[in-house]
Amino acid sequence: MASDDIWILGIHMTKFGKHPDLDTVDLAAQAALGALDDAGVTIKEMGVLAAGCLMGSRSIGQELQKQIGQTGIPVYNVANACATGATALRTAIMAIKAGECDMGLAVGVEKLAGAGLLGAGGRPKSDVNEWTRQGRFGSVAPLDGRVATEAMPGVFAQVGMEYGHKYGGTSFELFARISEKNHAHSTLNPLAAYQKRFTLDEIMGDMMIAYPNTRPMCSANCDGAAAAVVVSGSKLKTLSLEQQRRAVKVSASVLTSDPYQEACQVLPDVNTLTRRAAVQAYESAGIGPEDLDLVELHDCFATAELVHYDNLMLCAEGGAVDFFESGATWRDGSMPVNVSGGLESKGHPIAATGIANIWEICHHLRGEAGDRQIEGAKVGLAHVIGLASACGVHILESSGL
Amino acid sequence: MAEQIPMVDYLVLGDDPHLIAHECTTCGARFFDRRNACASCGGREFTTVDVATTGELRSYTIVTFAAPGVPVPFVNAIVDCAGTSVRGNLIGVDPDPAQIALGMPVRLTTTSLGSDDHGVEALGYAFEPAS
Repeated sequence: MASDDIWILGIHMTKFGKHPDLDTVDLAAQAALGALDDAGVTIKEMGVLAAGCLMGSRSIGQELQKQIGQTGIPVYNVANACATGATALRTAIMAIKAGECDMGLAVGVEKLAGAGLLGAGGRPKSDVNEWTRQGRFGSVAPLDGRVATEAMPGVFAQVGMEYGHKYGGTSFELFARISEKNHAHSTLNPLAAYQKRFTLDEIMGDMMIAYPNTRPMCSANCDGAAAAVVVSGSKLKTLSLEQQRRAVKVSASVLTSDPYQEACQVLPDVNTLTRRAAVQAYESAGIGPEDLDLVELHDCFATAELVHYDNLMLCAEGGAVDFFESGATWRDGSMPVNVSGGLESKGHPIAATGIANIWEICHHLRGEAGDRQIEGAKVGLAHVIGLASACGVHILESSGL
Repeated sequence: MAEQIPMVDYLVLGDDPHLIAHECTTCGARFFDRRNACASCGGREFTTVDVATTGELRSYTIVTFAAPGVPVPFVNAIVDCAGTSVRGNLIGVDPDPAQIALGMPVRLTTTSLGSDDHGVEALGYAFEPAS
């Protein structure tokens, strides 16, 4: 192992779902302590803490320290939409790469059970009924429902429909079958918020939220946390053989934002920044998509999963429909995608997601994924995207020891 | 006739209702909202241009579950208006995927949001099938 490599030494995710008796700090502490235990180290060895809780505390890092150890290390509270967890992880990685420390802790936590639609929000009603211009559009009324659809299900529905218009082959049923796959996968994941297999008819016949996304085709709001301990290669060399064996190499850690595109002011372009992140990650790791044994990608909606097959170059450009139809992305296919159940069934506690997907990959690369183990997995990719926009891609490799 | 105002700054009412955009004088990128500088090239000068009132339906969704106060169902569309992408609701069709074809020609129209206590009517915009 090269001294300047970065490794995941320990990682943990809580059960995703409803945790009415735990607050965000409880969940963050559970994940952080779990990651430290998994790494075989203590909080005293951490040189940096990066933490995110998008919809909750703005100082989750310090609140967490008060429960697990106030050691005086620098804390970065990060926020980057659905890429918050990946951003926290990358922040800890950057601190190690910068030589400021040799070990760090990254934590993402969210309590979202019962949160409903995200992204939508009107403006408070005025007492006086008089048209008043507000904001950068000078609008006299909220845009949602009149000019735009601001809630996420509609935005990502348009993303998938746009792909269908450009390349053809999509249909309501096709998108529903992607959801069918992820819900089927979730039955093997005891930490998933929902472990229920749905038939295609059940998915298509469920409550329509924003065509073509029905309710089970949308990510599940839930509570949860995930945390990771990262370590430099030089430090890892001084640790036990067992720690070295279970350590997972971070072969690429990339974060991008959305470059300007003509239409991005009316429909977020989730494609270009994901493709750029993937290109950078593959180059950085010296690994191509054909080398991947499994992928966890950001299926915030079934319509999103399809476009990311293409963006992550798991298939030829424009070939996502055929790729899915081939069965490749089922767990017994050539490129298993979202064997955790994905955001649609595992759940999407926003700031936790960008570390939880890495936990899933690590689990397989260590050979510790139990019933859902992808046999012989050595290389995996984890992807998240948050609107506005931020995309995180991590490529991970087993130690091979 | 009672006073009318556009719902958004980028809608121009009158005999020929149309949308306008701030166009970067350096690179030609267009923006509907107020910008400090160009997101595409960093240029700081904009000119006002008219946006084509006809276009092609490039994407849509039929929203059946929305935030409180947002009437459903509605069809929200992404329309390519001669190279400028515009978002707006699609009206004049049933909110039924069988009635909506990607690529179909559409044209701009206006819709009433009602009047305020001073009798001022706000008009929004939407797209409708052009054929």
